[in-house]
Amino acid sequence: MPRDSTQSPQTRLTPANSGFSGTTGNAWYGLFPLVAGLAMATALQFILPGAAGPYYSRIVIDAGIAIVLAVSLNIVNGMTGQFSIGHAGFMALGGYTAGILTHYGSMLLWGSAGRHGGFLGSGELLFAASCLAGGLISAVAGYVVGLPSLRLRGDYLAIVTLGFGEIMRVILQQTGRVIDDAEKFRSGGLSQLIPPPVGGAVGFDGLPKYTSLFWVYSLVTVTVVVAYRLKVSSPGRAMISVREDEIAAQAMGVDIARQKVMAFVIAAFFAGAAGGMFAHESGVIISPRDAGFQRSFDYVIMTVLGGRGSISGVLIAAAVLTALPEMLRDFEQYRLIVYALLLIMMMLVRPQGLFGIHEIWDLFAPFLRRQQKAAP
Amino acid sequence: MSLLAIKDLSVSYGAIQALSGISLHVEDGEIVTLIGGNGAGKSTTLRTVSGLLKPGQGSVEFEGKSIHGTAPHRIAQSRLVHVPEGRGIFANLSVEENLMLGAFSRHDADQIAADRERVLTLFPRVRERLRQQAGTLSGGEQQMLAIGRALLARPKLLMLDEPSLGLAPQIVQTIFQVIQQINREGTTILLVEQNASMALQVAHRAYVIEVGRIQIEGPARELAASDAVRKAYLGAH
Ligand SMILES: Nc1ncnc2c1ncn2[C@@H]1O[C@H](COP(=O)(O)OP(=O)(O)OP(=O)(O)O)[C@@H](O)[C@H]1O
Ligand SMILES: [Mg+2]
Repeated sequence: MPRDSTQSPQTRLTPANSGFSGTTGNAWYGLFPLVAGLAMATALQFILPGAAGPYYSRIVIDAGIAIVLAVSLNIVNGMTGQFSIGHAGFMALGGYTAGILTHYGSMLLWGSAGRHGGFLGSGELLFAASCLAGGLISAVAGYVVGLPSLRLRGDYLAIVTLGFGEIMRVILQQTGRVIDDAEKFRSGGLSQLIPPPVGGAVGFDGLPKYTSLFWVYSLVTVTVVVAYRLKVSSPGRAMISVREDEIAAQAMGVDIARQKVMAFVIAAFFAGAAGGMFAHESGVIISPRDAGFQRSFDYVIMTVLGGRGSISGVLIAAAVLTALPEMLRDFEQYRLIVYALLLIMMMLVRPQGLFGIHEIWDLFAPFLRRQQKAAP
Repeated sequence: MSLLAIKDLSVSYGAIQALSGISLHVEDGEIVTLIGGNGAGKSTTLRTVSGLLKPGQGSVEFEGKSIHGTAPHRIAQSRLVHVPEGRGIFANLSVEENLMLGAFSRHDADQIAADRERVLTLFPRVRERLRQQAGTLSGGEQQMLAIGRALLARPKLLMLDEPSLGLAPQIVQTIFQVIQQINREGTTILLVEQNASMALQVAHRAYVIEVGRIQIEGPARELAASDAVRKAYLGAH
């Protein structure tokens, strides 16, 4: 059974905007997707909970977080063709980092760890900044984990990334109890930060629940826009050339080491930021288990199903695979079986993933071109 | 000063000695061909020059500077461009994207556009297929794309590893005509070939390599006429 991305003849499609001069376009053209995405995030925030209720809103939030993780993992696994199965490790690192900042930051700033301020209020801004910081810390870890990728390939690299996630999990289990008393925390010295008071094996409980549709889908927007701009830009093509043929890539002057590590850094950044959102989601207590292999594997499956390198494919796969187990909840005992069967069927019918390496709009490109020609 | 000068180069793969002290040079403006049978060490020579393999002994100088131990992408950026055996097409990218990657290390947009136009004029069949996925091109078209892509890197020295491999005689003819034309327009070429008769027709000078050693060297015309070469490589009796 061919597992790679060999294409069937009828999918001879290429990104619709592969103009030679690359990404020229004016500023508005560049900003439009961002603005549209943020508008959508705002609309979701104010319409969905009222229209669909908290249960479905929660699923949509979960889907958004999964989209960020899967689309970012796809930069490593899909674009540069490496195989990382430690993505949850980056997510957890970012989540815990952001959690420390909001929890203890709130205590220092406002005297309590609780929610502070309303929509876009000071508490939410602290939260956004903490997610950003979580992303940056994860990016540093991504650099360190990416370095072995220069010498290792295939299975061996997979083992290193797997090891990273598991190491994160074990380290997080060894952490100290969460400090809930703001007064005590303020008067205590730096020594109470060692080991970090993030809850050990039971998880980091008591974080202010700032995560909302607005913040999650703002991050989704940024992630998807960055991933897409990357894919159709010269640095992104350099990453893809590494996946396609390392020797030829070098012959074109591509520094393959740099591309591989860069992919890890970018992917880890978004995973870390998504981890921050996850940690502050209501109903969630981020725990060491979230760094582990099982969660990493969920994201790998999403990238494989979506098509390695296809942003829209992975986005759809992430959304469906998040919603599906919820929909199947009525068949509780058969749920995992159905899930597995679906995966097997997909691998048999479309081993290259939903759209292969292409995007959903590429499927309409020939049709659109015909329309353009027909029009005067 | 030679554009490329290789002196006493030895390379081994583990215990297998692939090159045992070869020397060759390429002057500005030449087409030099390196011919020899299977496993003679032709590809190994090119891979060493482009930095993919590390030489055990000997020196490699490009434009008078040693490139021994330089990373492959740096060597490519100094405009010594290698079209590897088997072409190295990025199969899942479009033809256009493949060409764009040729210009990856360059930032002179206007000149790139002009070079692209020149490449598409050299290879009209590539122009017709710009949006096609490169992996679906025929072998000949892929070879044209590989050469065109390399030209977009503005090579001072273009190293071609068996451009005729697996191609029909007509296409081979076309490819060799283009190689000559590229050379007339100012690009120096080091051509590795098993198709010795074609290679000797287009080259100025030639080296014959056997089991890791240079056996014969001289002007291509003389080699084509020599009995030893004709017997061994040109199928004459
Ligand atoms: N990666 C490798 N590992 C071990 N030995 C190798 C490797 N690559 C090449 N060799 C050996 O080195 C010798 C020279 O190989 P090379 O590829 O340079 O030959 P060539 O002249 O290009 O032959 P051909 O015309 O068949 O391509 C051969 O004996 C080959 O078996
Ligand atoms: Mg060879």
